[in-house]
Amino acid sequence: MPPDLVIRDRAVAADPWRYVGVASADELAQALPEGPVAVPLAYWLEHGPELTRRGTPVGVWLKPDDEPARLAGHLEGLALVAVHFPKFTDGRGYSTATALRRRLGWRGELRAFGDVGRDQLFYLARVGFDSFRLADHRDPRSALGAFDDFSLRYQGSVDDPVPLFRKRGDPPREARRG
Amino acid sequence: MVGSLSKTDPQPSSHMYRYDDHDRAIVAQRVAQFRDQTRRFLAGELSEDEFRPLRLQNGLYIQRHAPMYRIAVPYGLLASRQLRKLAEIVRKYDRGYGHFSTRTNLQLNWPKLEDVPEIYAELASVEMHSIQTSGNDIRNITTDHFAGVAPDELVDPRPYAEILRQWSTFHPEFAYLPRKFKIALNAAAEDRTVLRIHDIGIELVKSAEGELGLRFYAGGGMGRTPVLAPVIREFVPWRHMLTYCTAILRVYNRYGRRDNIWKARIKILVKSLGVEEFARRVEDEWADLQDSPDVITDAELARVARHFAPPAYEELPASDPSHARHIETNRAFARWAERNVHAHRVPGYAAVTLSLKQPGVPPGDITGDQMDVVADLADRYSFGELRVSHEQNLVLADVRKRDLFAVWEAAKAAGLATPTVGLLTNIISCPGGDFCSLANAKSIPIALAIQERFDDLDYLHDIGELDLNISGCMNSCGHHHVGHIGILGVDKNGSEWYQVSIGGRQGKAAALGQVIGPSFAAAEMPDVVEKLIDTYLALRHADERFVDTVDRVGLAPFKARVYGEARELARAA
Repeated sequence: MPPDLVIRDRAVAADPWRYVGVASADELAQALPEGPVAVPLAYWLEHGPELTRRGTPVGVWLKPDDEPARLAGHLEGLALVAVHFPKFTDGRGYSTATALRRRLGWRGELRAFGDVGRDQLFYLARVGFDSFRLADHRDPRSALGAFDDFSLRYQGSVDDPVPLFRKRGDPPREARRG
Repeated sequence: MVGSLSKTDPQPSSHMYRYDDHDRAIVAQRVAQFRDQTRRFLAGELSEDEFRPLRLQNGLYIQRHAPMYRIAVPYGLLASRQLRKLAEIVRKYDRGYGHFSTRTNLQLNWPKLEDVPEIYAELASVEMHSIQTSGNDIRNITTDHFAGVAPDELVDPRPYAEILRQWSTFHPEFAYLPRKFKIALNAAAEDRTVLRIHDIGIELVKSAEGELGLRFYAGGGMGRTPVLAPVIREFVPWRHMLTYCTAILRVYNRYGRRDNIWKARIKILVKSLGVEEFARRVEDEWADLQDSPDVITDAELARVARHFAPPAYEELPASDPSHARHIETNRAFARWAERNVHAHRVPGYAAVTLSLKQPGVPPGDITGDQMDVVADLADRYSFGELRVSHEQNLVLADVRKRDLFAVWEAAKAAGLATPTVGLLTNIISCPGGDFCSLANAKSIPIALAIQERFDDLDYLHDIGELDLNISGCMNSCGHHHVGHIGILGVDKNGSEWYQVSIGGRQGKAAALGQVIGPSFAAAEMPDVVEKLIDTYLALRHADERFVDTVDRVGLAPFKARVYGEARELARAA
């Protein structure tokens, strides 16, 4: 079987992470799989210390309605924070990411996974995601161009907090397809 | 001076926002992005479910007969060269006409899906687009159609509207909201924007110390649960317009309901949390944004405001003798001047409504040839610009009083001088079931039947001011909740019925209408309206408008007249 793929730093790489408890919470009652695992927020808050003792990378993943503020003081020991998109039209994760980056100061890897496709990548990258696990039927290799759909941004966000109006005087950057 | 604003002028003076290289690049890149998305959809690489939100964020619906394509007219402002381009587009890609909506956008009813990227590119050539005219995102910003010329205005709201337009364009955090999101701005003493039916309503105000700021309303909306937005915060310094909007949108994006499309608007969230708790959460988010670079600078406000500098008005006496003479000698002109000419802050000037409520034509519809006429009139008489009003008419905002007669004659010849602004037949109507796949019932035939019944201008003027608004479904695109008479299309066991409400109103004293009783068949509607009018005429005090009489006497006499006869018939049977 080909390896699972993820986009990191705008390049396609193998994804070693297992996201536990997404399909069913029952998975958490069994022994966790070997290797890097991302667990639900509540599980991380309860079992954090024992998970970090496993000696393999530990991540946490958030549902759309999880309060990112609950991670305050619990970011240490995490190698990944992931935000799940059950449907790409559910945009709560964009505000979750903004809160993680801006209010909680998470500087590590922030991943969007679930129903994620090429046409969401530009906005996802803007709000602070830096890795992307696309929906299984999507080929990440054909999606990399999406990060360059726009060369300019009117408003500030996590990727660049300075809105266009504070740099109108600068010479415009080369438009990719303008 | 006005004559120099010809089509061939290489540098026509402009009093509206003009793109620079940045704005041009952003729109061009959007066109390229959408062209590629459409290509992938047609090639089967994107499913219908995947393509739908993308096309909606570019104003493209798939409708009954063909796609419907909605072109943005930001805060209702258009240049003549843009209107000429729209005329060209409706002739080349559609059936020679378009429809102006209550959100001041232009809708094309018959484009081909594969042509839409081409139309988009043509729009970009005149600094237009269709960005976020649909979808669960921040929609076209609207404001007063008399902005900049209204005598009762505190400041010109258009620079603020443009700053909001840019901020909301491709906002990465708010592209997949629970539902659509509409923002309006008002800066006048009277409210001509129906501010409080918006998700966010922003009123420009001055503090006791004379500082300019914003009063924020949030959680208004129509639809199945109509709500007039409550005040969320009395005063926000103007430079925090974007940060405060961000705070509101963030609370909505995180906590608005997504499980039920009918409960997903921000009004439901504000109601369920309560205004105080909602405001508290907004304040909490806002506290974190105080030092954000999105705080607007003096330089940016000044830069944008320069685009809206007043045109070079002539110094004129307040009244014009030739205009006064025409009023005295020409009754039809006088009637038009009474209804369709509006006060202007500059002496000797007036604003003019070019009516899109010609009898026999769907409200808000305009042909490409009429667009050309309006563009010529704008060039010749109104500094090359015009506005779209939420009542689905066009406005020439800067006409010299001595030119009013000439404007009237030209408008009349083009079917644009129906003298009924503010009267019963100046009907606001959505496209309804003839075009829209969301509609429960047709709207246009009801509008046309009522216009036909009330075709006597003397009678109409005697009835006086009356807003009649029609929506073909609960989405309320025809603003029926705030009509003095509101008509709503409903579906009962697969057939079309119409529910009638009275007592709604727009303006500072905005109110929602009350349903008078069981709904009616389409054929009954002109009679029902006539009975409502008869009741009013029998009960009214001098100078009392229909809606004032409803307020004073209540629903009972109107119900008795409309339903009384039916009940008697039922009893006799």
